[in-house]
Amino acid sequence: MDQLLEILEDINPDIDYATCENLIDGHYLDSLSIISLIAELEDAFDITIPAAEIIPANFNSAKAMMAMIERLQED
Amino acid sequence: MGKLTWIFHGVLPNLSSFTSFQSVIYLLPIFVFLYAITPKKAKKYYLLIASYVFYFLVNGGMLIYLLVSTFLMHYFAIWIERLKGQMNETLKQAEKEEKKAVKKKYVRYQRGVLVLAVLIHIGALVVLKYTGFFITNINRIIAATGSSTVIAIPKFLVPLGISFFSLQALSYILDVYRGITKADDNILRLALFLGFFPQIVEGPICRYNQTAEQLWNAKPVTSENLTFGLQRILFGMIKKIVIADRLNGLVGVIFSGYAGLDGGTIALGAIFYTIQLYMDFSGVMDIVLGLAQIIGVQFPENFERPFFSKSISEFWKRWHITLGTWFRDYIFYPVTTSGSMKKLTASARKKIGNHYGPLIAGSIALFSVWICNGLWHGADWNYIFFGMYHFVLILLGNLIAPIVRVVNKKLKINPENFFYHAMQVVRTSILVVVGELFFRAEGLTNGFRMFGKIFTDLTFSSLNSDLLVKGGIDYLDFIIIGITLLGVFVVSILNEKKISVRELQTRPAKGALVLQWSVIFVLAMFLVIFGAYGVGYAEVHPMYAQF
Repeated sequence: MDQLLEILEDINPDIDYATCENLIDGHYLDSLSIISLIAELEDAFDITIPAAEIIPANFNSAKAMMAMIERLQED
Repeated sequence: MGKLTWIFHGVLPNLSSFTSFQSVIYLLPIFVFLYAITPKKAKKYYLLIASYVFYFLVNGGMLIYLLVSTFLMHYFAIWIERLKGQMNETLKQAEKEEKKAVKKKYVRYQRGVLVLAVLIHIGALVVLKYTGFFITNINRIIAATGSSTVIAIPKFLVPLGISFFSLQALSYILDVYRGITKADDNILRLALFLGFFPQIVEGPICRYNQTAEQLWNAKPVTSENLTFGLQRILFGMIKKIVIADRLNGLVGVIFSGYAGLDGGTIALGAIFYTIQLYMDFSGVMDIVLGLAQIIGVQFPENFERPFFSKSISEFWKRWHITLGTWFRDYIFYPVTTSGSMKKLTASARKKIGNHYGPLIAGSIALFSVWICNGLWHGADWNYIFFGMYHFVLILLGNLIAPIVRVVNKKLKINPENFFYHAMQVVRTSILVVVGELFFRAEGLTNGFRMFGKIFTDLTFSSLNSDLLVKGGIDYLDFIIIGITLLGVFVVSILNEKKISVRELQTRPAKGALVLQWSVIFVLAMFLVIFGAYGVGYAEVHPMYAQF
């Protein structure tokens, strides 16, 4: 989780990722941030995030992202 | 037979658009009544039959295209699903070192089926919609070489709503391939999802897992859904028939006869057209969503007060939302997350930072989206220009965003300030109106001539009573438009402030139902008295149905 928070803060340090639960629906992360985030997550966690996984439910909070990462690591 | 022909001749002109005043007056109560008395288990079949009857009455034999499309997508999706099943079975029995090769083989098969399904659909769409455009341009090139050869342009009948139901069909097969939804073994459920009649004309463009099940399990009519659904239908009809249809004649006269008009009048024409398009398209969406609510189905919203947007990028998140999200999910993200683009983003971020790094891959994807968006609207250069215009504006917005932030900080400008915010909204609206001028112009060359005149001849002398007579509009019409727009604006402000007009009507402890039906009565009376229909008005088809 710490590694994820570090990546998120590098992309946009002005957001409180520990509490925010509407990162996408609240327009905190725009499409450019998502592009950066995917490239970083794939690199850091050795996963492949297919386009089908890029839905608000997977990116609305750090917790949801972590769940997606763990699921993809198991595949 | 003679009598049947007579009936069809009598009905068809009214059915040619389901938003025509007569169609809704006659057909809505019949449709809702028959739906209400149909047994719960049979409601889904009633919806499907009603949809196909409507499609046949409006578009005749073209119904066969919709049927073939549904049939093909159904079996292609089942084929993909079977391959997935076979893959999983084989993977269970395979040795660890074989698994990767097995998966690769089956994914390749699935992709083959997907490509076939997509190519057949896009191929048919391209042939029907774009053949004329391609041949016209080839003829131009041939003429430029001095040859007198001219290739004849074949005329195709284009099925109603093809651009809308094709996107739904494509999203279904793509979602099955991606594992977002399972292939439906019930072809009738898929048929209803693709062919549901109010929606097939101009959207909203839905996803299978959003609405297929809802439509299949359409609920009995409740008092709440009936009152609020009717209110929304009437509100949409007022937007379309009182405002948009009233402006239609004047807009037509200005765009076709711009050569004899001055720049100020042309600029006003572009503003009137933008209002007409917004009121028409969002009005029809209100009618579709209202009708869906009556049968207990919730469709996705297609508009969220786009003219309150602070930037073009935000505008496109609020205007024709379901088209934007379709392009985002099936073009933008697949392009930006392809292997080479991800590598490009990762290395660019390290060199040029968090903002500009992803912008390179983002721009390539954005370009693909906007070429498709332009072409989706139609086969003409002005639509392609329209797409490129918005691509450039969004790209520029992204490029200068960090600079604007720095300048605002240095000049101590608060972006949340009311005047700054208002200035952004006005600027965005002006940019949108310019885009719509090119969108509506009769060809790209005429679009540029009209745009040029706004700068070289900015007077309003041609905006006189002659022009108004030609456009079939008078001063009283402008007062009616103004007052109705004010009403729409008040509702928009309330919605923007998250105040629900519906919720306000449920507040009184006593008489809430009387209040709700009084609202329906007032809206209906307003529509009957001020609607631009009947003698002196040409019936205007839903504007987006042509795309």
